Amino acid sequence: MARIIGILSLAVIMFLSCTNGPGKEGRRGKKHTITIAGSTSVMPFTEKLAEHFMIDHPSTVVDVQGGGSTAGIQACLNRTVNIGMSSRQLKDAEMVLNEIIICYDGISVVVHPKNPINGLSLKEISDIFHGKITNWSQLGWVDRKIDAITREEGSGTRGSFEDLVMKSQDIDDGIMVQDSNGSVKEIVATDPYAIGYISLGLVDQRVKALAIDGVMPTVKHIKSKKYKIVRPFLYLTNGALDKYAQPFVTFVLSREGQNVLKKEGLVGIHD
Amino acid sequence: MIKKSFTKENFVKWVLTAFALSSLLFLFLIFAFILFEGLPLFLKIGLSKIIAGFKWAPTKGSFGIFPMIVSSFLVTFGALIIGAPMGLSCAIYLSEYSGKRMKMFLKPALELLAGIPSVVYGFLGVIYIVPLVRNYLGGSGFSLLSTSIILGVMILPTIISISFDALTSVPRTYREGSFAMGATKWQTIYRVVIPSAKSGILASFILGMGRAIGETMAVIMIAGNALRIPVSILDPLRTLTGNIALELAYATGDHRLGLFSTGVVLLVIIMILNYIANFGIKRKVIK
Amino acid sequence: MRINPRIVDAAAKVGLSGQAFFTVGILIVIVAIICVKGLPYVNMEFIVSSPEDMGRHGGIFSAIIGTGLLAFLSILFATPLGVGTAIFLTEYTKESAFTKMIRFGVESLAGIPSILYGLFGFIFFVIKLGMGWSLLAGVLTMTIMILPTIIRTSEEAIKSVPRNLRIVSYSLSATKWETVTKVVLPAAAPGILTGIMLSVGRAVGETAAVIFTMGSSLRLPTSLMDSGRTMAVHFYILAREGISMEKAYATALVLVFSILFINVIAYYIMNKVTSRYS
Repeated sequence: MARIIGILSLAVIMFLSCTNGPGKEGRRGKKHTITIAGSTSVMPFTEKLAEHFMIDHPSTVVDVQGGGSTAGIQACLNRTVNIGMSSRQLKDAEMVLNEIIICYDGISVVVHPKNPINGLSLKEISDIFHGKITNWSQLGWVDRKIDAITREEGSGTRGSFEDLVMKSQDIDDGIMVQDSNGSVKEIVATDPYAIGYISLGLVDQRVKALAIDGVMPTVKHIKSKKYKIVRPFLYLTNGALDKYAQPFVTFVLSREGQNVLKKEGLVGIHD
Repeated sequence: MIKKSFTKENFVKWVLTAFALSSLLFLFLIFAFILFEGLPLFLKIGLSKIIAGFKWAPTKGSFGIFPMIVSSFLVTFGALIIGAPMGLSCAIYLSEYSGKRMKMFLKPALELLAGIPSVVYGFLGVIYIVPLVRNYLGGSGFSLLSTSIILGVMILPTIISISFDALTSVPRTYREGSFAMGATKWQTIYRVVIPSAKSGILASFILGMGRAIGETMAVIMIAGNALRIPVSILDPLRTLTGNIALELAYATGDHRLGLFSTGVVLLVIIMILNYIANFGIKRKVIK
Repeated sequence: MRINPRIVDAAAKVGLSGQAFFTVGILIVIVAIICVKGLPYVNMEFIVSSPEDMGRHGGIFSAIIGTGLLAFLSILFATPLGVGTAIFLTEYTKESAFTKMIRFGVESLAGIPSILYGLFGFIFFVIKLGMGWSLLAGVLTMTIMILPTIIRTSEEAIKSVPRNLRIVSYSLSATKWETVTKVVLPAAAPGILTGIMLSVGRAVGETAAVIFTMGSSLRLPTSLMDSGRTMAVHFYILAREGISMEKAYATALVLVFSILFINVIAYYIMNKVTSRYS
């Protein structure tokens, strides 16, 4: 028994130390790793970019992680990652980092596809999340409580939503809270009486995006600045990038990289 | 004499003592680091403003977690209302009624329930329980009721295995005495066996509570996580564990300290429950 | 009017057995749902290919390896510590204030919920010791988490070794350590193995403590300092973010069946042991 465990553990330790371990030996091998962490809103798009990038740069591995905007900023400050991702603006104390705007993202207010309402005013939306409008009948639909869903305190998406939609009003305590765009979307897609807000890039046929003050959240309306609920997606760097991470950022900002982002429903920096 | 302490036997003894102490060391580290991060905020904001405060808006300087404390206890009692009768019935059936063969099949099967990961419980809750509650009872379905149902099932293995141990440790002579006086099996169980195993059964309920109050992933998936104290069983709610898991990744500065303060409160509640279950109640069983 | 006690007796029997089978029914329903929904999507390719497009396509190979490494390495650290503690408590000391303290420590560790382990691992290993989200931070957190299980089951196993065996060993003038390693531990090995298997099951199914210490990188971890994703975390992300329900069910199937398999082995070993000495 003990011998088998001994042999197995030796095998694992050898596996770990041989393959690209933390030691110098591994680093000098062929593969170089760029680590990127932060906003869960930016993460799926970075994953896509990384997949495209790695086709042309087979010797580089791009390791993308979530954690949230704030964690990304922290990790970047500690230099534990090469690049941080954020979906909110930096606070004063974090200004030592370099901001690179990679694209713009609309935040769309979404409801279940069965919901007959197609648009709301900005005031109505902020009243729903403030807890002043609590029943769909107040908006001309059935007599049923509104199941509103917001993001958790500290989220970049919530921060932008508070700044751009809620303004001075607070989000009510009775509103449900979920900790990612995906889970907000899942609830809205399954609950006919739900309303939430998610990244425009994630809107598909399972949820219905609402027009706000008569303007649909589309790439066109964001470019023409008619749709107002827009926030930048940021990459953050601490000092100069090394020679492996720099090509990735260059790729993201290039026409090719920007096209990847556009295909996902985001608005490029050149528009 | 000094050389003698270097013998192999002594060496082994010291190493093993060190190993045994490691558990205490880990416990100390866990306490130290959670308290170290969590306590400064209590000093800065004030104990009462945190544990009796109603408003949680950590980025705006409010750190009240009273609604979450209440919600944690609500789901825990909800889980107990559902899980305790079910679990106790199973334990009674196993110890008093089932044959040896049946026991060989049922007991492991019931214990396997404990092996199913909490994320799977949470997911099945979202897919099956939540729509059921939404369609037949109203509300969004992400509610105190749904959470209690799922947690009630999750604490079953704890309640079953500990009550079972308590029931089987009741001496056979008690039962024989009761039968000899002409009591039926149920009368014996109800009047003799359960009262004798009372403290062990109580301990199983309290350990079940500990499990329910500490459960995280399943809860954030089905509780809805709203910050207000629920007024009906169909309202969403946020537990102490949910608060930590939802916001930890994003938090910095005082916000993060606030989450550690939530952790301190949770740790204190859990330690009290465990102390009651392990040392307060069980001691009587042994006597 | 008093109801005939015999009728009450019969009703109680029916009610209680119904309840027991209902509870087992829950387990069967859970497993059945996962099988029906997941089985069509599980095949060899799903097991051996890596996830693509955040798990929307491809398989779960990296998550399986991540899970295996986490479980294996945690066991590797926790087993000597846990079995050592159990030997100390049973063989090397008498009940005293000191053993009471250690037992209190073990009981307390067992009662701490996993989110608090996550919180501790996050602040201590990930941040204070600067490990970042890494396999190592996950392993160390998990080691502490499974330690109580290993200590308790090993202690039970060692205690159940008959006194006679030890007496015979001592009478052959064996030292204490020789008696422990050559007589007691081999006799207790199946019981200890049960505890180890149960701990593996726990490590495989854990999410809250893992996600905040090991992170959730989809890549195959190639060193201790790499972040990685276990099957449970992968499932959580797939299901919660609504990335792909098919892949979520398929992952759940692999996850639940590995845990059930591990636990069934554990109970099998335990049954053999109990039948040996009873």
